[in-house]
Amino acid sequence: MAGHQTYEEQKALVFYGLKLLGAITIVEVLVALLAKGHLVHGIKFSEGFGHYLYMLLMIGFSLYKAYFIIFFFMHMAYEVRGLAMSVLLPTGLLVWAIIAFFQEGSSWGARRELIKEKNEEIIKPVPASQPQGYWLPGITEQNKG
Amino acid sequence: MAETSVTHAHEMHEHDHSEEAQLWEGAKEPFKASYGKLMMWYFLLSDAFTFAGFLIAYGALRFSMPTWPEPDFVFGSLPFVQAHWPLIFVTFMTFVLIFSSVTMVRAVQEGHRENQKGVVFWMLLTILGGATFLGSQAYEWTTLIVKENMSLSQNPFGRHIADGVYLNENGSEAKKPDGSPLEFHKGESYLMHIHDGHPTGLVFHDASQRGEKMVQHEGTKIKYTTGAYAGQVREAEMGPKAFGALFFFITGFHGFHVFSGVLFLTIIMINAAGGVYAARRNGYEMVEKIGLYWHFVDLVWVFVFLVFYLL
Repeated sequence: MAGHQTYEEQKALVFYGLKLLGAITIVEVLVALLAKGHLVHGIKFSEGFGHYLYMLLMIGFSLYKAYFIIFFFMHMAYEVRGLAMSVLLPTGLLVWAIIAFFQEGSSWGARRELIKEKNEEIIKPVPASQPQGYWLPGITEQNKG
Repeated sequence: MAETSVTHAHEMHEHDHSEEAQLWEGAKEPFKASYGKLMMWYFLLSDAFTFAGFLIAYGALRFSMPTWPEPDFVFGSLPFVQAHWPLIFVTFMTFVLIFSSVTMVRAVQEGHRENQKGVVFWMLLTILGGATFLGSQAYEWTTLIVKENMSLSQNPFGRHIADGVYLNENGSEAKKPDGSPLEFHKGESYLMHIHDGHPTGLVFHDASQRGEKMVQHEGTKIKYTTGAYAGQVREAEMGPKAFGALFFFITGFHGFHVFSGVLFLTIIMINAAGGVYAARRNGYEMVEKIGLYWHFVDLVWVFVFLVFYLL
């Protein structure tokens, strides 16, 4: 609990938080609309470096909003260190979950593509004049593979 | 080991009767937080993992698909307005949650000052915010289900996998009003118009035109000019099925949290108004605990907003 702050300071922090979270959200949406080509006709960051930069920016803004909500609205900044660590550190495990499952997801996609490719592959019929495998001379019923 | 602790307890007993009695009462709080508050934090931690599981599943499935619906195309409806306003309504919903989070902090602060009227007033505003959010979500879901025919197993929001041209139902190339062919490019979105369970047309945004006007096109035939299907006439396909289920499950699970939050806020507000917490003289700790939960709901929305609407 924010015991060391005066009531006026606490109220000021709340309205600072309102302005900060509101401003970040407006910036996020404006950047999103710009990057998706809705603000300026002809300008779009839908692939390549611009798209990665856009995604990083969005994730950064969201993490900052999350930090502000946890530390100041939920008062984590004023809790003892042990409590804060016991709640915050386990979420670090999610970093690996994100890496592993996104990797897994891409792999499902690649496999599905491969299966589709193989299904649609056209195999040329073998002409009778060029026999292969079992039908080659010298291979009999006894020693076929 | 047992022996030492017994001796220890015995010594304690000799030294200080009252302190030992208090220890058994659980008087020493770990982390200087009450049992209820600590357990609320750990509940929220576990809930964060549940939501993270959902959102990571969304990411994994999205990465496994060759195309994925564009959020600015899917979420473009506004009440009372016919035009396409990408992301505007969901920004409004985000603001509603931010406001209700702020009023919740004010309620907790008034609680610490034992100001009963202040607690009830700010909690009432918080409840109204939560209810407004739920109403907005109901509108968003209704639009998607009734107007756009999205369901748990059907996603009419597709994207073109290559460049090409829209065809009329008789197979001829569709033309714009100015006579040029109605073309599409790789990555552009379309909404499959469904009538009586059958696809009948396509709704899309003509990127070569300024503004957010949507084109309504009869028939679902398209002809690709690039890519693996170049030259072939095909039916436009539905978007990845998983999108519908993921959207309704994840925003539904969040909406359920908002709904239960509104219920608990109402119960606690009525208790506060009736003087239950004033009698406890603990700075309205119950309000602080439901406050933690309410901020968490806002916190989750930050990430739902990021994953579904921004990325």
